[in-house]
Amino acid sequence: MRVLTGLFTSSLADVRMEAARCLHELSHSNDPAVAEACLPATSYLLTYLSGHSVEFTELCVYTLGNLAVESETVRKQLLPQGIIPALASCLQSPHVAVLEGLGYLLPQLLQATEDPATILPLVLDSALPLHMLRLVSSNLELGMGVAVEFAWCLHYVVCSHVNNGLLISQGIVSTLVLLLLDLASAVVEGATEGLELLLCPVLRCLSNLLAEDEPESCKVQMQDERLLVAVFLFMQRFLQQHPFLVQECLWLLNNLTADEPIFCSALLTLDLLPALLQLLPCSGTVTLLALTVLCNVAEKGPAYCRQLHQKAVLPSLLSTLALSDAQVVGQSLELLHLLFLHLPEAAADFLSQAGLQALAQHRDNPPLQERVRALEERYLQPAAATPVSPIRASAAALPS
Amino acid sequence: MLLPPGLSLSLQAERPLLPVRPRSPPRAPFCFSARRLRFHRQHEFFEDGDIHRHLYLQDILTNVTEVTERSKVSEFSCHIVGCCQVFDTLEGYEHHYNTLHRNMCSFCKRSFPSGHLLDTHILEWHDSLFQIMAEKQNMYQCLVEGCAEKFKSSKDRKDHLVKVHLYPSDFRFDRPKKAKSSIKHSKPHSKRDVSMPMDVNVETCEQSQADSMEICPSESTENPTQLASGPIPSVQEKQLYKSRIPSTVCFGQGASRGFKSLKKKA
Ligand SMILES: [Zn+2]
Ligand SMILES: [Zn+2]
Ligand SMILES: [Zn+2]
Repeated sequence: MRVLTGLFTSSLADVRMEAARCLHELSHSNDPAVAEACLPATSYLLTYLSGHSVEFTELCVYTLGNLAVESETVRKQLLPQGIIPALASCLQSPHVAVLEGLGYLLPQLLQATEDPATILPLVLDSALPLHMLRLVSSNLELGMGVAVEFAWCLHYVVCSHVNNGLLISQGIVSTLVLLLLDLASAVVEGATEGLELLLCPVLRCLSNLLAEDEPESCKVQMQDERLLVAVFLFMQRFLQQHPFLVQECLWLLNNLTADEPIFCSALLTLDLLPALLQLLPCSGTVTLLALTVLCNVAEKGPAYCRQLHQKAVLPSLLSTLALSDAQVVGQSLELLHLLFLHLPEAAADFLSQAGLQALAQHRDNPPLQERVRALEERYLQPAAATPVSPIRASAAALPS
Repeated sequence: MLLPPGLSLSLQAERPLLPVRPRSPPRAPFCFSARRLRFHRQHEFFEDGDIHRHLYLQDILTNVTEVTERSKVSEFSCHIVGCCQVFDTLEGYEHHYNTLHRNMCSFCKRSFPSGHLLDTHILEWHDSLFQIMAEKQNMYQCLVEGCAEKFKSSKDRKDHLVKVHLYPSDFRFDRPKKAKSSIKHSKPHSKRDVSMPMDVNVETCEQSQADSMEICPSESTENPTQLASGPIPSVQEKQLYKSRIPSTVCFGQGASRGFKSLKKKA
């Protein structure tokens, strides 16, 4: 290794290149001892990340990536040796080949099994997130591959919840929203090849950022109903081919509608409810999340429940009540409760659509029976089927 | 899934907000309360999407070998005065230029591997105020980009590099200053002399200095990653097989390898 680093730092360009190839070849070894034998070379590999030819830089980047995958010792050494600032300057390379290499190297560090608390504060402290963001949102110029890898990098950073407030203050939310709108336009134009690869991490970043405890700064940037339309376009496009994306979309939809009446209102006035109801038979996570979004809407009050009722939410609920998934049925009961609470006539209609029979099958199911009984007693007594008493019941539940 | 017709037209129109009822706490036994969800990186919600990504990466890695054709051009020589190297590919020239000329000190014609090291060199070797300043305050800045530390002497800096940045103790780009005269008295530079401090000079890496970098016996890594070495790149006249990433990879949690695009030069 001493000989090799000597050659690697030679002033003879050809020798230096050949030594880089040797190191690269060594980095392929599946023996961690080999990766660790290469430790003396890492400071030089990092030094060469800036200002060298594309091929040479590329070799150094992939060698570092391979070594980092293989050995925690290497990863631990790269941090003090200054890999973060080195990457930040390398990320400004105009060469796709170099950026692709970085798209390989960076996830190895961000995803490593050890405690993310060692690396993420350093990453967040650097210009890396902003460079990643730039590369993600310039996807079409640099090719999908680069954008996808850096979107995953951002996801690894965001889902570690180390300091998302900082990212939000840097404007990451509005950039991601604009990117999603662009991608929705691509869907409209039919250009969806490989789009799901990019969508998944972008949706995740946005959803997690919206869930931060201090979403005030997000709120301003997020009041854009076009985002809602985009989410539905994605679900429609990928429901058959990539169903996993639907739940990622519904997660975002939940985080949009949970606290923002504007999105609940838009969901109804844009007539997107039927599309949402069509997702209810999908089973599992999708059904549960779709019901949760409906609950978010219903929770906003009588005007919202009236719309839900007019758009035939009850027949769909009668179907989900027939499912065996206790979580799904439980969430259906929650939705019924909100509907009956805010809109007594919904209870009457539920009775007339044989709702009691649908509830009856869950009367003896421990996690559900209390709520079934409460619905029956509060809203579905034959005598209480008039709109009078439920209104009083609901009034009692509200703060005056 | 059917969306309402003309939905995309409604992208611009303003819509009135339906009146909102102030939120009330759920009344037992009901418990629903709208809340934003956040998922941590290990959350099972991510499973389906992560699997899809792993399949994508695996697919790419099976196609990792690429062929790059280097188009030859008629021979040309380096345009830097005093350098007479000849090339027949643009890539060869690019690499030569970046190695020898890109970060070259215009005073003493030595080359440096990065702009940061060149700046440091110029400050320390050719700035007439440097020595005077260095007697009063710490002037030797750390060689690691992004580290703001400064030191009284290059010896202190070296100790810092080794201790804090885990640099090899014989870091070759931080050779101590030679005789003072060498500043003023740079020889007419033949190609050989261009970058003295980075000559291939294996025997200067003394045994003792390398000790601190010696490797402990391998600790077993936790990654369930299995690798097989990729095809050996053979440099041929016209083709260069490059395989950046070992070709067979098993994915386990936290051990997925990145991608390699399948670019091909026409
Ligand atoms: Zn030259
Ligand atoms: Zn100089
Ligand atoms: Zn330092």
